[in-house]
Amino acid sequence: MSSSRPDRNDTLVGELVDAADVIVCCGSGGVGKTTAAAVLGIEAARRGRRVVVVTIDPARRLADALGLDGGLSGEPQLIALPAVGGELSTGQLWAMMLDTPAMFDKVVRANAADDEQADRIVHNRFYRNMADALSGTQEFMASEALHELHGDERFDLVIVDTPPSRNALDFLDAPGVLTRFLDHKAFKLLMLPTRTGLKVLSVATQPLLKAIGRVVGSEVLADTVSFFQSFAGMESGFRDRADAVGQLLRESTTKFVLVASPQHDTVAEAVWFAEQLVAHEFVVSAAVVNRVQPRFGDGSVEDAAARCSNATERGDHAAAALWANLAELRTLADAHRCELAPLRTAIGAEAVVEVPQLATDVHDLEALEAIAQHLFAR
Amino acid sequence: MLSKSPPLADLVSSNIVIVAGKGGVGKTTVTAVLARAAADRGMRVLVVELDGKPTLAQLVPDLDVRHISASDALEDYLQEHGFKRIAKRLAATGVIDVVSTAAPGINDLVVLGKIKQLERSGEFDLIVVDGPAAGHAITFLSSATGLLNSVRGGPVRTQAEDVSAMLCDPQRCQIVLVTLPESTPVTEAIETSFSLEDRVGVQLVAIVVDQVDTGCELADPETIELDGAKAHVDAARAAAVFRRSRRAVQTAELDRLSRELPLPQVRLAALPVAGLAADDVAKLAASIAGEP
Repeated sequence: MSSSRPDRNDTLVGELVDAADVIVCCGSGGVGKTTAAAVLGIEAARRGRRVVVVTIDPARRLADALGLDGGLSGEPQLIALPAVGGELSTGQLWAMMLDTPAMFDKVVRANAADDEQADRIVHNRFYRNMADALSGTQEFMASEALHELHGDERFDLVIVDTPPSRNALDFLDAPGVLTRFLDHKAFKLLMLPTRTGLKVLSVATQPLLKAIGRVVGSEVLADTVSFFQSFAGMESGFRDRADAVGQLLRESTTKFVLVASPQHDTVAEAVWFAEQLVAHEFVVSAAVVNRVQPRFGDGSVEDAAARCSNATERGDHAAAALWANLAELRTLADAHRCELAPLRTAIGAEAVVEVPQLATDVHDLEALEAIAQHLFAR
Repeated sequence: MLSKSPPLADLVSSNIVIVAGKGGVGKTTVTAVLARAAADRGMRVLVVELDGKPTLAQLVPDLDVRHISASDALEDYLQEHGFKRIAKRLAATGVIDVVSTAAPGINDLVVLGKIKQLERSGEFDLIVVDGPAAGHAITFLSSATGLLNSVRGGPVRTQAEDVSAMLCDPQRCQIVLVTLPESTPVTEAIETSFSLEDRVGVQLVAIVVDQVDTGCELADPETIELDGAKAHVDAARAAAVFRRSRRAVQTAELDRLSRELPLPQVRLAALPVAGLAADDVAKLAASIAGEP
């Protein structure tokens, strides 16, 4: 493969995995965030760091890629990295899959005044729905996991693969998702009965709540009210935690890595996201562009096409097909590089790292290693 | 190779087609191609997208593309179900967020309800829906079933019953699953199709494989005599080795898909571009149109 690659890659991404405490991989769905997170994790471990990679992907891609047949559990698991060039890695690679509801329970228990309050909340039906369905919960729990693992002495680098949300910025807002929910006028409304000493049932006399009750049913409404009442007193704990997580995301040792594919849409999204991050004063360290078509030779598309025509004229169709293929792959390679231009402009050419499309699929450690070797010029 | 019987006619025979699949497999492309192909057959087509991204309007510039957002759909729903006076206030106080959290799936349900309403209007021969991103397809489509289990009465239940009936009637609604000829997407497509059968109760009619390399045959480059300077010849050989290896992956994955998911496959050609334009969509649509 003759894809050209600047030697600066090593210093840039290498420095990144050497120096960061936290790496957040973000990008739109299907661009290879999990792959990028795993590759950075492998490299960090090879460089002697104790790294944990957290994935939210329900498709168990990371588990598959890392050769864990049983899938990942909600607890970090140590991955056995094979020796490369006879050398075992000096660091450690751990991986875990985020279990959103379990993480939410843990956070509630940590913030509750006592077990009784925690139980009341955890067993409430509204809470169970919320832990599964409140938009942003996954992102919220990812940020909680990030914070928790950052404080865990077993690890000195945490890499998170953000949820495949429609809006990648959700992750940045995530720490505050519950406190914003609690700040809702609706919450205050639902808390009203306790504050004024009224019975829960009288809630149904308020027109708004009556309306909700008619839509979702009175049982669901009763669960909702009792959830908010059980939550009383815990808001400030959640608020402090949200602030701490927000602060961690802004630390200078927290680095954001954009992940994209060389398609017009995902590059546009990455550029937009880079602008948003900068506007919010976060640090974008690099963009990893997966599956860039390698370019074969320095010749032009036209040159290959001309050779194809000549072969066709001679009646040599097998040779013509080979030249036509070269022309086509060069067209695609050039199109990919052309698409990346706005990203280079947005974050600096040296910060854009290309991962070539491999001749085979990436679904095992060996393939991840191949990418790491390319990325870090090992 | 390409299965002859099902393609387009079967894919667009229902009133609604919901295009589903993981992020990055080309749902939007397939939505545009199906809509284009149906419109080219003279059908009155509506394209529905749920993301608020402008892509679809660019891919099928002359077709009616509408965005349906969950919050607008919920507000409309409340307005139409006896909450006219307070729907605005419900939205303004954020009570709507609480409602949608209290009964998860209600957001998805009202979106599907809106689609049902458009179907019932009789204005369109076909409604093509670019399904929700990432892993949300199953959640989205099983929202009605989920609510039938948790809400015992009232307008939500009625709506859930109607939507569930719509999803399970192949005359009215079909789900088209999209995948790529690669390992992970194929595995996910197989899993998703079984979940759709189990959890939503729908049978898939066909699976669309996007980005299939349909280029002409490439001989083993070592057996071919090539003229030219060494650098050029080496490049051509390396390119052929690469392409043949990618094709071997593709063939193996397409075979596995056929073996494990006995559905007709509709294959869309991979075009050597970094993002499709409207004329690419037209080309792909023509390729699956078959005889007029």
